Amino acid sequence: MILFGILALLALVFAVFMVATRNAVHSALFLIGNFVILAILYITLGAEFLGLAQILVYAGAVMVLFLFVIAYLSAGTEASETGPALAWQLPLGIAAGVLSLGLLLWGTLGAVLTPTAAPPHFGSLAFLGRALFTTYLFPFEITAFLLLAALVGVVVLVRDER
Amino acid sequence: MGQPYLRLAAAALILAAFVLGTAAFLVWFERKLLGRMQVRPGPNRVGPGGLLQPVADILKLTVKEDILPEHADRPLFRLAPLMAFVPAFAAFVVLPFGPGLVSADLNIGLLWILAVSTVSVLALIAAGWASNSKYALLGGMRAAAQMISYEVPLVLSLIGVVLAAGSLRLGRIVAAQAHLWFAVPQVLGFIVYLIAATAESNRSPFDLPEGESELVAGFHTEYSGVRFAFFFLAEYSYVFLAAAIATLAFLGGWSGPFLPPVVWFLVKTYAVIFFIIWLRATLPRIRIDQLLSFGWKVLLPLSLVNIFLVGLFRFI
Repeated sequence: MILFGILALLALVFAVFMVATRNAVHSALFLIGNFVILAILYITLGAEFLGLAQILVYAGAVMVLFLFVIAYLSAGTEASETGPALAWQLPLGIAAGVLSLGLLLWGTLGAVLTPTAAPPHFGSLAFLGRALFTTYLFPFEITAFLLLAALVGVVVLVRDER
Repeated sequence: MGQPYLRLAAAALILAAFVLGTAAFLVWFERKLLGRMQVRPGPNRVGPGGLLQPVADILKLTVKEDILPEHADRPLFRLAPLMAFVPAFAAFVVLPFGPGLVSADLNIGLLWILAVSTVSVLALIAAGWASNSKYALLGGMRAAAQMISYEVPLVLSLIGVVLAAGSLRLGRIVAAQAHLWFAVPQVLGFIVYLIAATAESNRSPFDLPEGESELVAGFHTEYSGVRFAFFFLAEYSYVFLAAAIATLAFLGGWSGPFLPPVVWFLVKTYAVIFFIIWLRATLPRIRIDQLLSFGWKVLLPLSLVNIFLVGLFRFI
């Protein structure tokens, strides 16, 4: 419980800094810090595979691509040169935050109020694999198909016109 | 209550000593081997056969001036060397040197090594960007592109092993090779792994992130003294890790006749390291576009074919 408190606090600190900092590269690195803490939280909850997949995919691959683009575009510019935030962004951001908080509460409040014991080996690789390829096969395949379509779309968009 | 923590602390100390010693030894091993392959003696002044040369080098690096570039991003510039080394060290924690000889025997040990070591690439980008130098930035960007591209075939080549062993625990993977090393049925996966791992650890002929003929020294151009030593340490740790994983996943791990398991493990690992250094002495550096198209258009399909073959043989 103490461990959870420390980790949760750290995750929140990283998240706040990620939004508050003016420097895009720092922002991305704070987000990575947040991801790593989240991964440790998963591991403490017995979902080792999920935790390591979180690091491998998000910290190791997705954020590397983010950093790649940000570092290229922001090289040689000072933080103040990036210009003031657009006026309509602030209310929109707050609205999006409140909305996602509401969704999260709506989705998890019931489970929080009436906690039930997790089934044995919940979060293990075998359990996760079985769930993905039986109960959740359809959403899993749909997601895979969507990602494939996005990939093909990108390739088509950047292709040389010859 | 205190016992497991004590054991972990002791294991961490031993591992730290081992990693430092191995990195120092590898520097000597590589320079000596390269010298021999290029028909020159290599380091031979400090200690017997030049064996103490790395010790002298480390001493030199620690007393050298630590230079901070004027327009560098200071906190990030200081953090980057640690970000590079800490994951490399953390990966060693699950490495079994023999039956039971492991600091923490995770049931997803292989995945732990893969996941933790990906964090290092962030350090290279951070170092390149924080240095505020065009050469360092270009080196960092190359590192990002290269490691993203070679991570995929690397992981896929190991999936064949995981499929055949039915476990991500490194001990189980070794046990599954009791009769036949995975390098034999999965020779394709082994080749893909060796190439991808050489590229992952930024070794020649894939050392583009620091290609000295074009980028001075790439992402660590602006680094000096101890901070530079940390990058060096991380690189050699990864060479050992790459060879150790090759040994555990493809070459039967610590199993072998007569000699004790730890000796077998080290002999096989150093054989792979020898091969990696041999590559450096033989092949010229390739171009960044060749590197990327080779990774995506040759290695990736080959690793997929390997997985398909492994799956097919499991069915039959």
